[in-house]
Amino acid sequence: MGGLSDEIRLKVQDHPCYSEEAHHHFARMHAAVAPACNIQCNYCNRKYDCSNESRPGVVSELLTPEQAVKKTLAVAEAIPQMSVLGIAGPGDPLANAERTFATFRGLAEKAPDIKLCVSTNGLSLPEHVDELARHNIEHVTITINCVDPDIGEKIYPWIFWKNRRIRGRAAAAILIEQQQKGLEMLVARGILVKVNSVLIPGVNDQHLKEVSRIVKAKGAFLHNVMPLIAEAEHGTFYGLMGQRSPTPDELKNLQDACEGDMNMMRHCRQCRADAVGLLGEDRGAEFTLDKIEAMDFERFDHEAALARRLALRAKVAAELEAKRARVHTSHAPAMQVITLHKVAKVVQGRPVMMAVASKGSGVINEHFGRAREFLIYEASEAGARLIGHRKTDLYCSGDDTCGDGESVLDRTIRTLEGCERVLCSKIGIEPWGRLEAAGIKPDGEHGMEPIEEAVMAVWCEMLATGKLATPAAERKRA
Amino acid sequence: MALKIIKSCVNCWACEPLCPNKAIYEAKPHFRIDAKKCTECFGEFDEAQCAAICPIEGAIVNELGEALNPPGSLTGISPARWAAVQAEISAR
Repeated sequence: MGGLSDEIRLKVQDHPCYSEEAHHHFARMHAAVAPACNIQCNYCNRKYDCSNESRPGVVSELLTPEQAVKKTLAVAEAIPQMSVLGIAGPGDPLANAERTFATFRGLAEKAPDIKLCVSTNGLSLPEHVDELARHNIEHVTITINCVDPDIGEKIYPWIFWKNRRIRGRAAAAILIEQQQKGLEMLVARGILVKVNSVLIPGVNDQHLKEVSRIVKAKGAFLHNVMPLIAEAEHGTFYGLMGQRSPTPDELKNLQDACEGDMNMMRHCRQCRADAVGLLGEDRGAEFTLDKIEAMDFERFDHEAALARRLALRAKVAAELEAKRARVHTSHAPAMQVITLHKVAKVVQGRPVMMAVASKGSGVINEHFGRAREFLIYEASEAGARLIGHRKTDLYCSGDDTCGDGESVLDRTIRTLEGCERVLCSKIGIEPWGRLEAAGIKPDGEHGMEPIEEAVMAVWCEMLATGKLATPAAERKRA
Repeated sequence: MALKIIKSCVNCWACEPLCPNKAIYEAKPHFRIDAKKCTECFGEFDEAQCAAICPIEGAIVNELGEALNPPGSLTGISPARWAAVQAEISAR
């Protein structure tokens, strides 16, 4: 994010989905006002609305625009980190344009500071670009899985277009043309575009490099390659036909391959179409329809809530500015120690993967056993880089499910495969020993420290104590 | 001559705004078609609009009870394959 212009930095600095830095500090919500869809994707099944699942397209309650505005105000009142309202389905926001724009109009009156955002399949995008611009929408995400209709027909069985259902290659060709046209129109109007792509092994995996190159050339600002989620239980075409999901390595390799050309998003949690809160959490259960209906909106003080949000944003901006200033000077000393040696060649440390337990604010502030997910960083000479996240089952749930705790710990340790360190605020003796036995060293020394600084401090210490001279592959064999 | 929405409807709203006769309305447990208003889009469109966008196979039927989108026609998953996978899932 270092290379962004000031103008773009201002636009993304409190949008958790557009800025990795912002996602530690800011919350978003999706309002499920858009049920209808005008295309079918092979990774989607419109039948399933399950409260226990977290994946795109899944919602528990469909909202009217009025209900969505109330819910958003309630969330913005309760969570000062709240900065973005997105409409992402469960269908397509622009196939439900009236409901989508009615929601935006209602919210803009009462909470003008909340950024508005849509995520679309792109089919109806060109006809709505002017309206998006009129509503002051600064961020649009388009899901683009391909730019080649021969690949598209393996992903999209049909679209609804000009009053007809169109199938096969012809359908994919129209969809691709509309997506590309919409992208160009948005960029021409100065609207930031993020492109989402679903990585489908054997279908579009190699092709996504070309997609990334093309959307970057057309002015997309960020590319988010997400792994296909396909289980037979979901009833999707891919799930039922046994199409496999990519491995974490396949995903990372593709993201790395695209990175030379494009800003890649690594912090996406593939959230539900009704998610609420920081990206790694879901507070949707606190804001169900019956709870919203029971709230007394007359008593809400919108101006006070707005002031709280603005104060929090100013505080975060100041902290991040201070952090940027620190980072400019922090790694230099450790590197100098190395280069002072008389050995002609500079000793280089290999990159190290580390897992971090955090519940937000960009610091290490989560207990190992309570972490619902771990952020995965790669530390190297170039600095600390977020490369993804891995979800866990809660190891320490603190109730009668504890009897099963051991196997959950086993699963968590397996989840952390490839990491050499786990940074957390605290960790119990038992998981400590088990992690060490698995070759993953726990580290509770950096509680409440900023993540990237702590990750680099650990890496520099590993470097200084000679742990990084051997390649990771040899280390594993040893 | 009228189409009918049956219980497999998932209430996704896709059909409702498309009906040229405003025959489709929200109802419990699922959307319904007012038979007095429905013309099956005859003379207006080549395809009945509700059936042309409906994502659920079998949810819209004609007066003979025949599905306008029969099993396998939208997803490309044959009924035999669907049954086999369902059996496999329930056996787990």
